[in-house]
Amino acid sequence: MQSEAIDGLITEMVQAIKTRLEVQQATDPVMIGIHTGGVWLAERLHKLLHIEQPLGTLDISFYRDDFTRIGMNPKVKPSQIPFEVEDRHIILVDDVLQTGRTIRAAMNEIFDYGRPASIILATLVERSGRELPIQPSVVGVRPPLTNEQQITLTGPDPLNLIIGTSKQETRGTS
Amino acid sequence: MSKPNIQLDNNGRLKHFLTIDGLKREMLNEILDTAESFTGVSERVVKKVPLLRGKTICNLFFENSTRTRTTFEVAAKRLSADVLNLNVSTSSTTKGETLLDTLRNLEAMHVDMFVIRHSDSGAAHFFATHSAPHISVINAGDGQHAHPTQAMLDMFTIRRHKGEFTGLRVAIVGDILHSRVARSQILALNTLGTSEVRVIAPRTLLPSDPRTMGVHVFHDLEEGIKDVDVIIMLRLQKERMTGALLPSEHEYFQLYGLTEKRLRAAKPDVIVMHPGPINRGVEMDSQVADGPRSVILQQVSFGIAVRMAVMSMTMGTQAQGAAGR
Repeated sequence: MQSEAIDGLITEMVQAIKTRLEVQQATDPVMIGIHTGGVWLAERLHKLLHIEQPLGTLDISFYRDDFTRIGMNPKVKPSQIPFEVEDRHIILVDDVLQTGRTIRAAMNEIFDYGRPASIILATLVERSGRELPIQPSVVGVRPPLTNEQQITLTGPDPLNLIIGTSKQETRGTS
Repeated sequence: MSKPNIQLDNNGRLKHFLTIDGLKREMLNEILDTAESFTGVSERVVKKVPLLRGKTICNLFFENSTRTRTTFEVAAKRLSADVLNLNVSTSSTTKGETLLDTLRNLEAMHVDMFVIRHSDSGAAHFFATHSAPHISVINAGDGQHAHPTQAMLDMFTIRRHKGEFTGLRVAIVGDILHSRVARSQILALNTLGTSEVRVIAPRTLLPSDPRTMGVHVFHDLEEGIKDVDVIIMLRLQKERMTGALLPSEHEYFQLYGLTEKRLRAAKPDVIVMHPGPINRGVEMDSQVADGPRSVILQQVSFGIAVRMAVMSMTMGTQAQGAAGR
């Protein structure tokens, strides 16, 4: 999928997030993107939603549940949450939702910073393969993919979605 | 022919951390980069990540230490590991138990990692060689051989302040002869591509041929620190001194004590480091130790992040080894 189409999806997501926030009566929200693709997407959403607080970023490497199987990711980026999490409405952003394990880890990490009032999850792609009961609040696209197919967001500029066959990326558990 | 490095697993990942010797620049940079990402954890409300939850780390100290043992303990706890602190100098070795028996007993308690300090050079290596395959060993100082986590936290501090190592001039001052810290620092500095490493010491506190270590030797402090970017002061190790190597502490300070006045010979933005504990008025005066160029307390904070990095990297390699248990 090319960058123009993704821009279109992002515009739709912005609308959907606004609606969702209104329904929940969530005022003054903050946004957190998950490294790496989630941050690229969050940077765009953050700007379009005119969120006052700076964008937060999470690297969930320290919270992964497969650490004892695959070891330390050598390219961990520091998590940066430049605002108080306590009692805030959080928009959590990731590129692809698949197993749900990344989101589980991200929520665990967020709760180590404080107790948010609410978290909504926005992902560009929702696909099959869920291993945990995690549901996105806002989704850009739901492509029909087989288990062998992998979908990856490349970026940061332009953003492209690439579909390939599996075994290219053994670390990925979106 | 190089023999296989016991510190690395089959995939070239860090399994034990015993010495800087034999580790490549990429590995040292990986440790520093990983440590960088851990610095944030200590500044959060909840100063903990769940990485090593359920693991048991044994701090096995056959030699006194407060700072090193405490920072290892804090690092382990911030990784959510369980920590056993054993000060063996006051324990069963005085009853005659051998090192191997101590190891076997602790293994029977299902310890996953040993952090070991011992007055014998090679003690950590001995543990790494004889412990069960899933166990990682970190050297927290062995005899006059190595103290690699101290060296890496010093490298981290230098990198934070100076960026790249190429182009840097670093002077190490003091008791080079007895210092495992200096030995590890020199190896790390040279591996990371430091332009010039100097050692400054009286002849009695230098090894017989210091030049083989890849350093320039100075006997005069002011001459040696001329135009340096970093000064690392070493502690005068009274407990390791046998024989009349020095006339007196007072005279040592007269010749090698770092003062504000002497510091002027170095670059204006020089940083002053010390592994602690400082003997004020012996290695440096308080004005320098507490002054604007001193980064001594930062070294302590960074020590936690560096130890978290080394612990998580070595424990990460247990993955395959422990899977079949």
